[in-house]
Amino acid sequence: MTESPAPGTDTVAGVSPDDVQFRFREDEMADHAQVTVDAFLEQADAAAVRIEPGDDARALIPHLERLKLAEVNFPAFGDGRGYSSARILREAGYAGELRAVGDVLVDQLGYMRRCGFDSFAPDAPIAASDAEAALARWPHVYQNAADARRTIPEARHE
Amino acid sequence: MYAYDQYDQAMVDARVAEFRDQAQRRLDGKLSEDQFKPLRLMNGLYLQLHAYMLRVAVPYGTLDSRQMHALAEIADKYDRGYGHFTTRQNIQYNWIRLEDAADILADLAKVEMHAIQTSGNCIRNISSDHFAGAAADELIDPRPYAELLRQWSSFHPEFSYLPRKFKIAVIASDTDRAAMKLHDIGIQIVRNDAGAIGAAFYVGGGMGRTPMIAPCIREFVALDQLVTYAEACLRVYNRHGRRDNKYKARIKILVHELGAQEYAAQVEAEFAHLLDQGVEPPLAELERIATFFADPPFEDDAATEIDRSDPDFALWVDRNTHPHKTPGYVSAVISLKPVGGIPGDASADQMHLMAELAKDYSFDECRVMHTQNIVLPHVKIADLHALWSKLDEAGLGSPNLDTVEDIIACPGLDYCSLANARSIPVAQKIQQRFADSGRTAELGELKLKISGCINACGHHHAGHIGILGVDRKGTENYQLLLGGSEAQDTSLAKITGPGFDEDGIVDAVEKATDVYLSNRADGERFLDTYRRIGMAPFKEALYD
Repeated sequence: MTESPAPGTDTVAGVSPDDVQFRFREDEMADHAQVTVDAFLEQADAAAVRIEPGDDARALIPHLERLKLAEVNFPAFGDGRGYSSARILREAGYAGELRAVGDVLVDQLGYMRRCGFDSFAPDAPIAASDAEAALARWPHVYQNAADARRTIPEARHE
Repeated sequence: MYAYDQYDQAMVDARVAEFRDQAQRRLDGKLSEDQFKPLRLMNGLYLQLHAYMLRVAVPYGTLDSRQMHALAEIADKYDRGYGHFTTRQNIQYNWIRLEDAADILADLAKVEMHAIQTSGNCIRNISSDHFAGAAADELIDPRPYAELLRQWSSFHPEFSYLPRKFKIAVIASDTDRAAMKLHDIGIQIVRNDAGAIGAAFYVGGGMGRTPMIAPCIREFVALDQLVTYAEACLRVYNRHGRRDNKYKARIKILVHELGAQEYAAQVEAEFAHLLDQGVEPPLAELERIATFFADPPFEDDAATEIDRSDPDFALWVDRNTHPHKTPGYVSAVISLKPVGGIPGDASADQMHLMAELAKDYSFDECRVMHTQNIVLPHVKIADLHALWSKLDEAGLGSPNLDTVEDIIACPGLDYCSLANARSIPVAQKIQQRFADSGRTAELGELKLKISGCINACGHHHAGHIGILGVDRKGTENYQLLLGGSEAQDTSLAKITGPGFDEDGIVDAVEKATDVYLSNRADGERFLDTYRRIGMAPFKEALYD
């Protein structure tokens, strides 16, 4: 869905921009080396982070100004901690790229978008038509989340 | 009762379309069983020993006659003419073909029903008091709060891949008829000292292989913060709940390991943060939902007299009815525990009859109880004899609510791929033993619960008498437990000692009841006597 720039050469922890299959942002893709959360907190010039399921995304909140890319890893689709990490960053006002990587499956794209993810680098590529259908599946939503969708309760009481 | 609007209907219809596509991809071989499994589980479809099993959600156990008729039609059309009501107020069908599953969901959607989140590591169907909106002792009808939480938890983007399944129960009476403290979250709607209605949260209860009673982590949450507080509870769990070991992944383990105080403190911090995030639906939504649960038009001055000249009828009235908040009415329980039957099973014909009776005698409403029976919540006392006559004729008039015959049993090794032992034949033999000895009535309230493995779907930890089936060197063996309760006096049953074989466990249960009968003081139930005299006299009778 977007043109990928040349792969970063100094990427230490994350996926290459080449691996990004879907992206819902207009800005140019950040080409910074993703580092671990611990390294990000130590390296004052780091601009991209890779969040593993056991990491506490709240530790990043004081440093959002320099954060340009947050990559959240889903080593197994059933480990849903990354959904909370994403929402926590969005709730704290993070507006940069939020990328879901790893065992990201078509049936999860909708929930991930709602939690604030705006780019996806699945281990196994997803057919673009399947992704489109999955993202268009739900006509309404019940809960407030990290997206701006009007919820069913809000629509009922406008 | 609650009725869908165009939004609720559109969501359920979208789910049907999604599942139809997923099932077709599986049938076409485009999805492997491994890939299909998490998808079908989000739709209540399990692969059991002999066939697929489909679990259908009955939100807080409430059904109207149109829905009960539809459940009967599904049993006839797609299963073998019966269904099984479960301990979470749902119904499941045991002989489903994958080819039919999407059509069944479509049939359900026509009557505002679904199988969404009846399995998988997500927030499951919200259960409640089966006498909600009817019981004389309740503060307020708890179901609007359950419905609010149903909508919030449906397709929740953050909490659909939790460490483990997550069960919520909502009650609004000091008498607990929903095993509230044995849920991941138990909510009791309460009135505080200032006269305001709110919610007390109990978090971290559960049964399974490590039973725990939920501690209260907050005594009062304001009604316009209910969803936000629940969201905070779940977020802390999603963050810290263990993912390395499926048997330690339930929230009860987290609350236990952190300590209730520390867990509560973390929830408070998350709650404070979330209050600024606009998570809560407008209070007007709760008010809108509540209008659906307004009282039906009860008659003023309905007769309270009852003709007890028929002793069979009088026995049924004494055993199977429950006091109603409106004079002249009662809630009447239809027992799905006929002696020798399968606990919780109902045939399509019986479901059709129950639907008709709900329409004719209970303002078109019935309820599934977690004890696997059906309630007609609002029956005029003057109609009781006519109702009972029809039930009795159809084999649904067993006067055994809360007696030793009213057994909760999981499907066990007859159906379930997790089970170590059969539950159903043991339940049948115990019922038969007491029906033959004529002691059922004499024993009074005696809650007996049987699980065919340590996952405890049959609630054996919470039985006055519990039975746990295990596999011992390739043969089925049954452990006996005593002293559990799922009511407001929640307690966990203790194992008596070495297990028994299938006939031995029936003898053991009878011996335990003999100890009770020879020791009971006036008015004591089995559980009360056990609590007073302790385990020793029972052990002596069982093993010496």
